[in-house]
Amino acid sequence: MIQTALDIETIRKDFPILKREVNGKPLVYLDNAATSQTPQQVIDVIVDYYQNYNANIHRGVHSLSQEATDAYEAARIKIQKHYNIAKTHEVILTSGTTHSINLVANGFTSFVKEGDEILVSAMEHHSNIVPWQMLCERTGGVLKVIPMNQKGELVMEEFHALLSDKTKLVFCNHISNALGTINPIEEIIEASHKVGAAVLVDGAQAAPHIKADMQALDVDFYTVSAHKVCGPTGVGMLYGKEKWLNKLPPYQGGGEMIAEVTFEKTTYADLPHKFEAGTPNICGGIAFGAALDYMNSIGFEAIAQYEEELLQYATAQLLAIDGLKIYGTAKNKTSVISFNIDGIHPYDIGTILDKLGIAVRTGHHCAQPIMDFYQIPGTVRASFSFYNTKEEVDVLVEGVKRAKNMLL
Amino acid sequence: MTIESIQEEIVDEFSMFDDWMQRYEYMIELGKSLPLINNQYKTDDNIIKGCQSKVWVHAELDTDKLVFTADSDAIITKGIIAILIRVFSNQKPQDIIDANTDFIDEIGLKEHLSPTRANGLVSMVKQLKLYAIAYQTQLN
Repeated sequence: MIQTALDIETIRKDFPILKREVNGKPLVYLDNAATSQTPQQVIDVIVDYYQNYNANIHRGVHSLSQEATDAYEAARIKIQKHYNIAKTHEVILTSGTTHSINLVANGFTSFVKEGDEILVSAMEHHSNIVPWQMLCERTGGVLKVIPMNQKGELVMEEFHALLSDKTKLVFCNHISNALGTINPIEEIIEASHKVGAAVLVDGAQAAPHIKADMQALDVDFYTVSAHKVCGPTGVGMLYGKEKWLNKLPPYQGGGEMIAEVTFEKTTYADLPHKFEAGTPNICGGIAFGAALDYMNSIGFEAIAQYEEELLQYATAQLLAIDGLKIYGTAKNKTSVISFNIDGIHPYDIGTILDKLGIAVRTGHHCAQPIMDFYQIPGTVRASFSFYNTKEEVDVLVEGVKRAKNMLL
Repeated sequence: MTIESIQEEIVDEFSMFDDWMQRYEYMIELGKSLPLINNQYKTDDNIIKGCQSKVWVHAELDTDKLVFTADSDAIITKGIIAILIRVFSNQKPQDIIDANTDFIDEIGLKEHLSPTRANGLVSMVKQLKLYAIAYQTQLN
């Protein structure tokens, strides 16, 4: 048994989906970096919303609308407290990380001139590369890449060398989705600020593992998707410092984001509504707050400690398999193991594992530049959550051995 | 042999297997044993990009029949390609256009030809049919 303060068996009972079978076998869900599962406590909140107070928010005078508005705004405050954000209106509720990043990238069109530089890390998800390429196409800005080493760590000397007064924005994920590397964002933020560059950190992968403190980090923008942290899909957060959010132009036009509209001129609403055009994902926002409540009731420290134990155990077991190579061996990493076996395509391993009821991700994980760096078509990625067990790691290891025997 | 009779033959072969393991082992064997495509045709032009495994297809006309060769970098995908080639290669373009792929369902490999499966096989079947349409136009 792994030593932990958590009662994993009781925690597992919170997740109805973990009881199901896949292909006649008990589900072993190890694709948590793609999306986390949803506990009953969050499902109940979603059901309660639709059963009891489903209404449009911020505009109705009737009681249902008021209840829904109160619950939605209460969720915003939960998110604010969770991330230690100074002001409630610095929490912009979006459809998720991709939306959040596009909002910032679009807004920066006004601030980036020809020849200005945007730095992105070499270990980014496609959604973190494309918006900046589009920004550079619009503005004549130049996209520069912070390289990484074989272990899957950013080469910080190169990062410092790339920084200059031309750097307008630095973009980096807190944790790499493909490799699990925890990036030194404190150092990145501090150094970037010295040259006057803004920093946007994608916290999607960090959300279920690390309780990030916005004020301590002093980051300019930070993004999260609720579905990575036991919440529903289609909702997330953009944190932005007030001074930046006031400077950025609105991203989308629509209801909610206006103060006054005539055919001659529109004045925009104050923060956060300026960036929240249209009817939002009301239920999703409320459930996002409930998901953070749930995670906090378990405790991030205990979660991090237990996941580290799972990671160590799984790493040792998998490395004992002849020909297995792990990609992403950074000193600081979360419970993500990306691997291949010599001579076997990751898709084949994933297919056999699926037949055994084991859910992993295979492919390039929407991070083709990383796969190009290692010169591989993709990897098999097993990502562990606090509701996974040592026994499930054993099932994975046996499954990989079986797949290897079949495929080689 | 007609496309239909080859399909029946394959369904018969697969009916001998008791479980998925045996079916997959057979497909993996098919994938390993068949030389599927001449290397000169493994070009970017002939590649069908699935999300995960690469699939190459080459087609050429032999009198009135279409001959397909293909390959993939994933072995299970390659096994299914071997089955598809057995069914569709050396057939008249019109017969290929008219053929259905329901037999894949019957042999328990339906998931591999699901449109949401990111393995390139759905695009491959579409490509085989597109080649057949193109060559049929040529024959007319």
